[in-house]
Amino acid sequence: MKLEARGLRVHLGGREVLKGVELAAEPGELTAVLGANGAGKTTLLRALAGLIPASAGEARLDRRPFRAWPRGALARCLAYLPQERTVHWALTARAVVGLGRLPHQRLGQAETAADRAAIEAAIEAMDIATLTARPVLEMSGGEKARVLLARALAQEPQALIADEPAAGLDPAHQLALFRHLTRFAARGRTVLVALHDLPLAARFCHKIVLIKAGAVLTSGAPANVLTRQHLGSAYDIDAEYRTIDGIATVLWRDGLP
Amino acid sequence: MTEPAATYLPRRLLAGLAALALLAFLLSLAIGPSGFGFGPPGAAGSLIFWEIRLPRALLGALVGATLGLAGAALQGYLRNPLAEPSLIGVSGGAALGAVLAIHLGIAQTLALALPIGGLLGAIAAMLAVVALAGLNGGPITLILAGLAVSATATALISLALNLSQNPFAAIEMVYWMMGSLADRSLTQVWLSAPLMLIGMGLLLVLGRALDALTLGEDAAVSLGIDARGTRLLIVAGTALSVGAATAVTGIIGFVGLLVPHALRPLTGHRPGLLLPASLLGGSILVLLADVALRLVQPWADLRIGVLTALIGAPFFIWLVLKTRRELAP
Repeated sequence: MKLEARGLRVHLGGREVLKGVELAAEPGELTAVLGANGAGKTTLLRALAGLIPASAGEARLDRRPFRAWPRGALARCLAYLPQERTVHWALTARAVVGLGRLPHQRLGQAETAADRAAIEAAIEAMDIATLTARPVLEMSGGEKARVLLARALAQEPQALIADEPAAGLDPAHQLALFRHLTRFAARGRTVLVALHDLPLAARFCHKIVLIKAGAVLTSGAPANVLTRQHLGSAYDIDAEYRTIDGIATVLWRDGLP
Repeated sequence: MTEPAATYLPRRLLAGLAALALLAFLLSLAIGPSGFGFGPPGAAGSLIFWEIRLPRALLGALVGATLGLAGAALQGYLRNPLAEPSLIGVSGGAALGAVLAIHLGIAQTLALALPIGGLLGAIAAMLAVVALAGLNGGPITLILAGLAVSATATALISLALNLSQNPFAAIEMVYWMMGSLADRSLTQVWLSAPLMLIGMGLLLVLGRALDALTLGEDAAVSLGIDARGTRLLIVAGTALSVGAATAVTGIIGFVGLLVPHALRPLTGHRPGLLLPASLLGGSILVLLADVALRLVQPWADLRIGVLTALIGAPFFIWLVLKTRRELAP
């Protein structure tokens, strides 16, 4: 299912945070939203998850604006992973992953075989089988991140939106996460992430949307977006896209004066 | 990788609590100053059973269930283990309504003026809270609105006590606020039971929403939860159930705080499962506390609100010490 923003404007607390954003995240692709702190990445992702209304323009999933989506149907198609890794009570990891099945269950209904299969596949994919009985509140940031991502995967969505999913992960789990997201997208799913890690974006994403001050600076394939000029404008850094040993990455030398 | 506990734990826990609640209910029917048993044969025994013990046991079960459930629902919604039903101002409103009924002298002429005054007070408090807090927005606005309404009710209750010309009326107000299940008629049960049951029904359907809110508001909405509807159900369900309970029995504190706390670890900390568990747990606590009161009655005429506070305060102290140990470096 395609995720789109068309002329999307969003006001938060009287301030215009998004100023006419155009974006399309296609099924089968891993799309990243990049931009400096405060550029509007989280607001863009929340609007594209249908969590905040557009003040002008629209955000759509599968060519349907969010206001036209019934709540339950939307939750079965789209999973959203917030940046804050909040878990309020001392639930076990297994119980947290199980919350991803809520949209597929009716009130008071016990877990079905399909629920259990989805939960176990998500646990396997995020490599948290050894953590399932532990309370999430006691986990390290990286472990918690994997549990919460497994919750979103257990939802079995057609489109996944994740805000900074790699933050706090060690290098091995960052690689595993992006390999998994790539495979997930390859099965025809739409994956949209906000990222700060430029090398990860260069290496794994099919498409990059670079935003600055609530508007799209440029978008397209990593090699075309992550140029010296664009990176300088978006982040005030002297950096460029390189391929080393067949791996695409971004090297940054210094901040711009 | 599977968690067998996930399937059998809820059923076993709820069945165990239900059995205990039934036992406490029967105990409450069987114990009283006239002796143990379901009433001696004859007209007097039958009268004691139907007019005294049955209303008392029914009220104990319903009011306890209401307080336990509302406490669990508010703690889940506000994601705060210190929340309790009186936090959103409804008990304060009910108390003010009942105190006004006494102060204005209506209670002396009309027996049902007290519970009806309490109900009207609870409804007024609920409307004030909704008007202040609105239906959108986070938990903090709801807590602030509840505190504002509670503070107003407390101030007006003090005013009524202060202005009371008749010392007997003042004592009646103070006694009423301490909470009691004694000397309530079946009429009062029939007046309040439907409202308590409807309120509890509204709160019980919130299990999924409260489970989802464990992950924060945004994640909960993305899991298909209706944020406005949840807030409306929380306020309306608490107001109806706690308002009706307080209107008939006065303020029975600490039950809504203590019961969810005690049962949370047994439910695997799942706020949805905690709802039915706390409903049953609240019944058990209030019924047993009321039985204990009747056992000490020959020596002291204690009120149930006083007893629950006497149980609740040490529990609170224990909670402080436990938290301190957990936070210790």
